[in-house]
Amino acid sequence: MLAFDLFEPYGFEFFQRGIIVATIAGALCGLLGVFVVLRGMSYIGHGLSHAVFGGAAASAVIGINFFVGAGIWGIISGVLIARVARRRVLGADAAIGVVTTASFALGLALMNRYGQASKSIEAVLFGSVLGVKVADIVAVSLVAVFALAVIVAWYRKLLFSTFDPDVAHVSGVNVSVVEVVLLSLLSLTILVTMRVIGTLLISALLVIPAAAARMTSNSFSKLLWISPLIGAVTCFVGMNVSYHLDTSASATIILLDALVFIVVYTVAGTRNRMKMASLGHV
Amino acid sequence: MSTEPFINCEHVSCTYGNAAVLDDVYMQVNRGEFVGVVGPSGSGKTTLLKAILGTHPVAHGSITMQPKLTLGYVPQVETVDWYFPVTVEEVIVMTRSKSSWWPRISQAERKAVREVLDRLGIGEVANRHIRELSGGQQQRVFLARAMFRNPDILIMDEPTSGVDVRTRHEVLHLLADLHADGLTILLTTHDLNGLAAHLPRLVCLNKRVIADGNPRDVLTPSVLESTYGAPMEVLEHGGMPLVVDHGRVPMRGEGK
Repeated sequence: MLAFDLFEPYGFEFFQRGIIVATIAGALCGLLGVFVVLRGMSYIGHGLSHAVFGGAAASAVIGINFFVGAGIWGIISGVLIARVARRRVLGADAAIGVVTTASFALGLALMNRYGQASKSIEAVLFGSVLGVKVADIVAVSLVAVFALAVIVAWYRKLLFSTFDPDVAHVSGVNVSVVEVVLLSLLSLTILVTMRVIGTLLISALLVIPAAAARMTSNSFSKLLWISPLIGAVTCFVGMNVSYHLDTSASATIILLDALVFIVVYTVAGTRNRMKMASLGHV
Repeated sequence: MSTEPFINCEHVSCTYGNAAVLDDVYMQVNRGEFVGVVGPSGSGKTTLLKAILGTHPVAHGSITMQPKLTLGYVPQVETVDWYFPVTVEEVIVMTRSKSSWWPRISQAERKAVREVLDRLGIGEVANRHIRELSGGQQQRVFLARAMFRNPDILIMDEPTSGVDVRTRHEVLHLLADLHADGLTILLTTHDLNGLAAHLPRLVCLNKRVIADGNPRDVLTPSVLESTYGAPMEVLEHGGMPLVVDHGRVPMRGEGK
């Protein structure tokens, strides 16, 4: 009876589509989240998700394809942030603040002015994991494969420019191009996952799995599979839990991620204290 | 073999916003030289290195380098994120980012890393996380990373900043050995007695070049006062100049 109950949601096509796209999205956000966390760009995930919201709102109002409009908007926002941040007068945080809040405000203004588009816009804002279409699965899968290919092909450049951009530049790595590619990947990821978990919660999925993974290993290459694994598993489990508890899928996923973070934080802290004690530092 | 200077800075000026950091700097570094740039905090030492490396724009003037010159750069260790999840081996192999894309470190690279670490006397640390190193080992690892590129010139920013006396001696001896092997070295330092006085050529910088030459000629009270804006005395100890700071402040209770 219990087994039957557990598998009950899989009888619904909307749930099957939702869980596929959520699991891939979790892995994708976890993968890129490693760079977000190590580069100290946690705020950029939050900011870009808000910027893409502006593009999504504009697409809905103008009537052009969501992926095209919001995608172009997101990439332009990423490039703008990188360019403004490079002008040393302003820090990256100020650049993100200016570009993304302006974009988000534009989205809100459009939503207010053109009420008929509000349903689509709200789906983007809060997520609608159970309303996932086949096109969403295709889009998330394509971006995931593309992101994986870029990270494998540019592994060394990404690692070098993340760890030490000045020396990477001196060593012949085009740090600006790497940065723009990374921001574009981030924009694309936000674009294809925003309808699953919503812009308001997307930054959590970009940050929490990677932050938890960071406490489990001192190896960059290991982080690149531990973080996506945490993202994928929490999304998969979160979808199931949300169905059975009748709670919001996106909120349940994020709460599960937060739970994983707390457990890892506690275990890692205890392990570190024991290690220090064994070395006679306590 | 070209007789052109490795690096030629002509009338170089750099700014941060509207504030001039370097003003009409003229300096050459030739093949086989070992040059130290000294000056107070904010004198433009690091900016000069960054301008040479191409990471800070030159507002006026020009910096030219010999074609196909390979630079090895060692940043200040204080700027390194020691919690970043990388091992010593991974840090060193990073410099091959342009020549190899394959994520895994090959056996040939592993062997080359071991060779450069052995050369610097730290062959045993290859698989350690960078946070698990002593101060001297940390400095050597980043030196090893620069050496891994087989550079024509080694550029170092404050290589003895924040290290103890023993580590400073280790670094100095190591650099002397590398220079004796024919490597050209350009570094910045605050350390007048511990490092600068030992070098064959010093450039005193305070936004502009105050003096350029052998430490015996450059480390004079007038040059040092012009560079640092404070009176200093220069003694001789063991055949080398020894700079004494005159800014002594009487402590409470002293002289009672």
